[in-house]
Amino acid sequence: MSISEGSAPTLAARLGLANWRQNIIYIGFVVIFVVFALALHDKGFLNPNNLLNIFRQTAMIAVMAIAMTYVLSAGEIDLSVGAVAGLASVVTAMAIDLGGPLLGVAAGLGTGIVVGVFNGLLTTRVGIPSFLTTLAMMGIAKGVAMWISDTAAVPIISKSYSFIFGGGSFGPIPVLLVWMVVLGIIGQLVLRKTTFGRQVLATGGGEVAARYSGINTRAIKFRVLVISSMAASLAGMLYAGRLQSGRFQLGEGDELSVIAAAVLGGTSLFGGVGTVVGTIVGALMIGLINNGLILMGLEFSQQLIARGAIIVLAVALSQSRR
Amino acid sequence: MNTPAPAPAVAMKGVSKSFGGIRALVDVDFEVANGEIHALLGGNGAGKSTILKILNGVHVPDSGTIAVDGIVLAEISPEASRRAGIAMIYQEMSLIPTLTVAQNVFLTREVKGRLGLIDDRVAERRARELFHMLNVEVDPRARVADLGAGQRQLTEIIKAISHRAKVLVLDEPSTALSVEDVERLFSFLRKLRDDGVAIIYVSHRMDEIAQIADRATILRDGRHVITAPLSELPVESMIEHIVGRRSRGLSDIVRGETRVGEPVLVLRNVSAADKPKNIDLTLRRGEVIGLAGLLGSGRSSLARVICGVDRVTSGEIEVGGRRVRLDSPRDAIDARMALIPEDRLRQGVIAAHSVLANVTMSILDRLRTGWLVSTPKARAVTDEQIAALRIKTSSRDAAVRTLSGGNQQKVVLGKWLATTPDILVLDEPTAGIDIGSKAEIIQLVREFASAGRAIVMISSELSELLTACDRILVMAGGRIMDDIPRADLDDPEAAGSDAVMQLQAAERRLQIAIQKALTRGPEEVHHVH
Repeated sequence: MSISEGSAPTLAARLGLANWRQNIIYIGFVVIFVVFALALHDKGFLNPNNLLNIFRQTAMIAVMAIAMTYVLSAGEIDLSVGAVAGLASVVTAMAIDLGGPLLGVAAGLGTGIVVGVFNGLLTTRVGIPSFLTTLAMMGIAKGVAMWISDTAAVPIISKSYSFIFGGGSFGPIPVLLVWMVVLGIIGQLVLRKTTFGRQVLATGGGEVAARYSGINTRAIKFRVLVISSMAASLAGMLYAGRLQSGRFQLGEGDELSVIAAAVLGGTSLFGGVGTVVGTIVGALMIGLINNGLILMGLEFSQQLIARGAIIVLAVALSQSRR
Repeated sequence: MNTPAPAPAVAMKGVSKSFGGIRALVDVDFEVANGEIHALLGGNGAGKSTILKILNGVHVPDSGTIAVDGIVLAEISPEASRRAGIAMIYQEMSLIPTLTVAQNVFLTREVKGRLGLIDDRVAERRARELFHMLNVEVDPRARVADLGAGQRQLTEIIKAISHRAKVLVLDEPSTALSVEDVERLFSFLRKLRDDGVAIIYVSHRMDEIAQIADRATILRDGRHVITAPLSELPVESMIEHIVGRRSRGLSDIVRGETRVGEPVLVLRNVSAADKPKNIDLTLRRGEVIGLAGLLGSGRSSLARVICGVDRVTSGEIEVGGRRVRLDSPRDAIDARMALIPEDRLRQGVIAAHSVLANVTMSILDRLRTGWLVSTPKARAVTDEQIAALRIKTSSRDAAVRTLSGGNQQKVVLGKWLATTPDILVLDEPTAGIDIGSKAEIIQLVREFASAGRAIVMISSELSELLTACDRILVMAGGRIMDDIPRADLDDPEAAGSDAVMQLQAAERRLQIAIQKALTRGPEEVHHVH
């Protein structure tokens, strides 16, 4: 691709100080990384295994956050992702027990489709705001997961399943990292470079103008909610593969980290603005903070406070005043 | 009314106001007496809403004074105006739909019982007393959401009266009302007037003003033209004063020869749920049709029906000789139609997104190479529109928000021209943009027509319609009441004079046609050829 005349000034502007707020996530990521690297040098922070661990711990959040970027960009929200991940882990584990890994994968993704279709129909056809639809779905999914598993962990014996979905690694590279990178690239490409992605951004940016322009905004909202539930199911399946069992507690509370990752990365809670690359860096930043705080030897209560403060600071800095 | 009035209810003296170099009001005097209904008239941009906003305290004038009952206001702010007893009844009403009528009337001044708790029953009784006093039937216990437009309007006025308003400002109060509701409103206003309230009444409907007003003040281009009793102002001379003598860039636009081709859009007896009603219309290639009429006449509804935004309930639409169903904007786009909507920032553009994102929004499918939207193609299309429409922007990646109003409108035009439409529907395409850009947009409309497109244009600025259109349809109450070829609006007596004079003469004739359409029943519709 050649650089045309028109893009020269915007490139300069992008490097200029005016836009530093937009890129705060990248700056913040580097700053926190450097601080931890210096402060936690003797606690093995830079140990390759520790760094790969950050990726392993972040992958599920990142997978859900990629889809959440679409949901938020379209001006909607999905609070059910954490509970759906737990449900999918249980369903997958039970189906593998019943009919092997292939059935497990199909059942897991099927769970996502069913939940997503429900969320989508209730939001776009019945007209219940997605905030409420998915809040209700959060309870329903968790309840179903507890019920069918009798609140017990369902073990997964299939080695091949555990390898592909979470546990394995190619040489030093964990499979989870591969999932995250591949989905991240697809997510970014689809959002930036396809008709669907542009229509998602248009729907969230100005629903009326988008509709007047011939975009079926209801169909767009339906689709992003289905995508989000499927991503949540996949995240649940990755949890299950990594821990070699399905449990309803998996993914519990993840919705907050997922939304925080997307917003940290520069996606607007009000729709119309979203970036998958930013979201992934946002997810990694949350993972980085978690990891660093644990290595520092903070207690769980202190971790929660520190993490909350850092996230608020980062989001506050990234909000440009209009 | 020749008794030497004591102090007038409102006396505005020497009021001037500029907005960034544009002089909205120049040394205007405006007086309203106690116990009179005073009409405020003027065309678009005459300064009516500016002077009302100053009276209301929303704008601070650059110079001049406001006196209420002879006392000059020391401070100009919404609070000061309210304290002085000035109440404005807005078109978009200020009632809270989920509360009852009584709760709305006494909002922020709730009647408290012995324990400091709100006593709704006392409020309802007091509201009922107010309604009784003025001979109107509104249930104080009804939820505002359940009321019709007329009753809401009355509630709004009662709310103002209960604040002991001495000056009541009504801006186009009859737009949303039925004939009976208007009657009720008028007898209510007369009662208030007799009780000594000063009423300022803004309307474009001359027939209403003739019925209700005692005196009228006419503004034009920010200046005071005349204040006179209605008995000295027949409709013709009102129009004369409103149109006046203006010099604007529009008269320089040459309409040129039009070569009208085959019909591209035919509507047969088309109606939608509310408006429009029973529309017959034939639009030909190379032709510009104007829709004239007042607010609520059904012009925008007709535009929305043509463009698939509102559903057709009966009748048929033919595009290019084939019957079509237009159930969504997508259907209309596929039939090569394009709507430049009324509300640019809400319906036209996504202001936070770039020029490129906006221009390509409707044609993403066409810009694909395989699965992906091709960046070079999108840039090419955008650059083409930026050049063709002379859009002033720092780059194609600049957010539309950063552009001027005129250039934002050109982005909307560019978005639709990119779809290569045969039929363009423009709803108030020049609203809120500067005069230079206005002339440019009208010029573009003429260029589209000579390139063989067919155009339907809506504008409240009659001089624009007269400049752009080959034929003007006059609408009222959702129906087409008149169909006038542009040439018929030229005044033979003004034929020899300059272009500005000719345009004004035509504007007066069109004004009269619009006012006539209001008072004529649908059975009297006739087509002029």
